[in-house]
Amino acid sequence: MKIGIMVSEGPYNHQASDTAYLFARNAIEKGHSVPRVFFYHDGVNNSTKLTQPPQDDRNVVNRWSKLAEDHGVDLVVCVAAGMRRGITDDILAPGFRISGLGQLVEAGIQCDRLVTFGD
Amino acid sequence: MSDMMDDMEEGGEGVVKKFMFVNRKAPHGTIYALEGLEVVLISAAFDQDVSMVFVDDGVYELIKGVNTKGIEVKDFSKTYRALEGYDIEKLYVEKASMDARGLTEDDLIVDVTVLDSNEMANLMAEQDVVISY
Amino acid sequence: MLHIVNKSATERNSLDSALRMATKGSALLLIEDAVYAATKGSVAAEKVQSAMADVQIYALGPDLDARGMSARVLDGVKVVDYGGFVDLVTEHNSCQSWL
Repeated sequence: MKIGIMVSEGPYNHQASDTAYLFARNAIEKGHSVPRVFFYHDGVNNSTKLTQPPQDDRNVVNRWSKLAEDHGVDLVVCVAAGMRRGITDDILAPGFRISGLGQLVEAGIQCDRLVTFGD
Repeated sequence: MSDMMDDMEEGGEGVVKKFMFVNRKAPHGTIYALEGLEVVLISAAFDQDVSMVFVDDGVYELIKGVNTKGIEVKDFSKTYRALEGYDIEKLYVEKASMDARGLTEDDLIVDVTVLDSNEMANLMAEQDVVISY
Repeated sequence: MLHIVNKSATERNSLDSALRMATKGSALLLIEDAVYAATKGSVAAEKVQSAMADVQIYALGPDLDARGMSARVLDGVKVVDYGGFVDLVTEHNSCQSWL
């Protein structure tokens, strides 16, 4: 089954991105596909390569990048929400791209399920 | 362009799903109401069967008589009136949420359909995609 | 339909709203801080218990473990892992996250 995901909160402050990641990884492990994760609201802050968590903590951003690299997950950062929050192409971590809100609606149309993780 | 978009162009054309946008947050205190509205406006371009519902504090998004000058923030409440121009005409408000806030339809900036909680629950259950903020 | 609640019922009203809109035969999954509602002695436990007649209640095990609540889970609540979460999403025709 194709499962799309929306993440509405940034890393670390809320558990949303962690739960979304673990859900996505488990879905893929079970043989489903996660064609796209759409980052909206403060969720756009999951995409910056400038993030530097302490070494003994998980790296939320890198985990998403690796999921994209290993499984072809399309990590889309909303352009309007990203511009509001200073997210530009120069600071994107690998696997992320900036695009429009239409990508969220499209994921809803194209995927069998769409699951939202937020606050 | 992503592989997914290619897939979509091959297989997704003509698909009409029931989309419900669930608004449960008051405006201004957080950005969810405003950015949620932006998604709804974009969804109009995809010719889907779109419903917008207002539950809990989401009903405060529709209140008349807003003046945001003092907080120096854009007044987006008028945008709800523009939804009709985007062919987004299915606006539903839960009666219990209005009652709990001392509001009636007369207090709202747009025409809505008022549903009791069971009707709202049934409407939600028949959707293909539910997006909430 | 699957309803997902992630906030503590003693902080927000999202559990109440989810239960109000959960039709008979639907499922409700408690994740993150919402798992406290599925534990014995919580003021929210009564709501969860009375909803069980019509709605199957699930709680995410790793979130219960992380909060030291696994031994307090109410009878009748099914504990699932992330794989079980995925199954719930695929088994139901749609889902709503009560953020």
